[in-house]
Amino acid sequence: MENRIIEKQNMDVFVNNLINSDAEVVGAKRKDGKYAFGKLADATELCLDYDLALYPPKSYLLPPKETLIKFELGEELEAEPVVEAERVILFGVHPYDIKAIELLDVAFSGTNPDINYLSRRAKVTIIGIDCLNPNPNAFCASLGTATTDTGFDLMLTDIGASYVVAIGSSEGEELLGKYAVTREATQSELVQRDEQRQKALAKYKVALSMSAEDLPELLDKSWDSPVFKEKSEKCLSCGSCVMVCPTCFCFDVQDDIALNLKQGERYRQWDGCMLVDFALVAGGENFRRDSETRFRHRMYRKGKYLWERYGKLGCVGCGRCASACLAEIASPAETFNTLKEERRQHD
Amino acid sequence: MISQAIPEASIYQPRPAKLIRTEAIAEREKLFEFEFRDGGELGHKPGQFVEISLFGIGEMPNSISSSPTKNCSFELAVRNVGNVTSALHGLTEGSTVGIRGPFGNGFPIDKLKGNDILIVAGGIGLFPLRSLINYVLDKRSDFGRLMILSGSRTPQERMFVSELEKWQERRDMELLETVDRGDEKWTGNVGVVTTLFPKVDIDPQNTFAITVGPPVMYKFVVAECKKKAIADEQILLSLERRMKCGVGKCGHCQINGVYVCQEGPVFSYAEIRKLEEAI
Ligand SMILES: Cc1cc2nc3c(=O)[nH]c(=O)nc-3n(C[C@H](O)[C@H](O)[C@H](O)COP(=O)(O)OP(=O)(O)OC[C@H]3O[C@@H](n4cnc5c(N)ncnc54)[C@H](O)[C@@H]3O)c2cc1C
Ligand code: SF4
Ligand code: SF4
Ligand code: FES
Repeated sequence: MENRIIEKQNMDVFVNNLINSDAEVVGAKRKDGKYAFGKLADATELCLDYDLALYPPKSYLLPPKETLIKFELGEELEAEPVVEAERVILFGVHPYDIKAIELLDVAFSGTNPDINYLSRRAKVTIIGIDCLNPNPNAFCASLGTATTDTGFDLMLTDIGASYVVAIGSSEGEELLGKYAVTREATQSELVQRDEQRQKALAKYKVALSMSAEDLPELLDKSWDSPVFKEKSEKCLSCGSCVMVCPTCFCFDVQDDIALNLKQGERYRQWDGCMLVDFALVAGGENFRRDSETRFRHRMYRKGKYLWERYGKLGCVGCGRCASACLAEIASPAETFNTLKEERRQHD
Repeated sequence: MISQAIPEASIYQPRPAKLIRTEAIAEREKLFEFEFRDGGELGHKPGQFVEISLFGIGEMPNSISSSPTKNCSFELAVRNVGNVTSALHGLTEGSTVGIRGPFGNGFPIDKLKGNDILIVAGGIGLFPLRSLINYVLDKRSDFGRLMILSGSRTPQERMFVSELEKWQERRDMELLETVDRGDEKWTGNVGVVTTLFPKVDIDPQNTFAITVGPPVMYKFVVAECKKKAIADEQILLSLERRMKCGVGKCGHCQINGVYVCQEGPVFSYAEIRKLEEAI
């Protein structure tokens, strides 16, 4: 992979050039003492040293609400698929969020490729940046998602006076050539990058107490663990943990119709397995009626089900759920570690 | 940057189909026969389902009740329980609906061939089973014995009564019926569907038991099948779950790691024995 250098004083020019291109540029901005992704009007709004954005950049690929079909009722039913996709450059995405997008890519392609997701995806450029100041709830280092070699067009690392830029795609290379002032990276700068990454890895406060690959097997043996009941007793079933999660992609589908009862649209919107009626069917049967079964389902989906289906873990360790949960029970690391401890005592 | 090609069509876009006939089945249940506006066929297998759309109201999963041996048109039998189902019940012939599918695996016809078939239907479980029953009857020589145990709550809630009567008269199949609660006119068996099991004699080696009914029924039916020494691999069930997309994306139909809309809705008991929360 080729590496270039952008001097810090030249970064604003790169960002502003992108903003003035045909794409919408999205990056982390300060918001009430926290950070949130949003459209940039000027390079000065962009934060590249943020710890964690409140919400993942997922909404640029899978919006919270998205029209799938527009229809018009009448003699002849007219229904047309709606596919909306704009050029978006996500600027400054952390590796764990990139790993999460890699999972979404797999989930929305495959045997039943999703035209809405894939059309958006094709128009999204990802400029990543290594996270050097992890959030106190994050545990990416122990999941192997604190850094990434794949899934980006460009990847930046802050090495003090400049950024090392790894080029991940021809598209990334083109953007650099067209819009940025760069020079070749020296060997010592690449060494500095490794050092920065190593230093960051040491800063994580939360860690999974086992290797991520061992999770499916641990969960295989943990179905009847009392942990699920103990923790879920405090659950408010608010769904915050799934709404802030970069890897959650479940959705509901509904119709909306105009007051004239003619034009309308079918849309999907985010849904979550922690919400009470997620598995409810007509007749009143609810296949995960109590918070314990929902809580367990979420943990299993994170640590086992998606792994088995897509070869990728359903959690990238960003820590957003832990920050969002008022009951302080949502962090998968905490539950997984407790299960591991139970196992240790049992064996 | 992503290598996956963008598909040409949307998996959420239904095909317009015309309602060509309706027929009352019971108090809350009605049969709907459809034909695609484009003249094409559905091309389904017994046990598969479709997503049916009434634009402006919504979309819902529904099993296909007709056999694929019936050409061109297809039938859905629907119980009126909520938004989409009640709107559907109000439709007049000639109306257009949207259809996606067929989805799901369906019954494993190839495995069933040459074997005896013991069908256990509870209530509207007969809706998807009717597709299989008529398929077997249309290809009678491909299969061994056809036995049906059918249970309804009351005589008024028997589904497809005229068909039941026809089946009752046929010599190439056996039909036993029961109701949970009888009335003055009912002379048949009274009791839940499992009370019919002692009345059939089967050869467990060559028999597939296929059951569809309300979730509560499954444990009891499986227990009876096991009493008759039918192997877990030869006990087949169709599971109902909430479904939104039908194509393995929305997550609603998940049982553990399994997507019922993809790997199901038909499972053998051997497959779901290991699945917590399945039955
Ligand atoms: C594979 C499969 C086959 C089915 N076959 C039949 C059949 O042949 N005949 C029949 O009458 N019913 C069948 N059902 C049940 C039928 O789908 C529900 O009765 C129907 O979705 C209720 O929709 P509604 O809008 O009228 O009710 P509402 O309660 O208003 O439902 C709103 C939404 O919830 C979801 N939902 C509610 N109940 C169910 C349910 N039981 N299963 C799945 N999703 C649900 C649907 O997405 C629906 O759009 C089947 C369900 C599945 C999963
Ligand atoms: S785990 Fe926490 S965030 Fe998730 S639903 Fe329960 S209370 Fe809400
Ligand atoms: S489960 Fe929690 S920690 Fe894991 S990816 Fe989702 S929000 Fe982040
Ligand atoms: S119905 Fe959406 S995943 Fe099965």
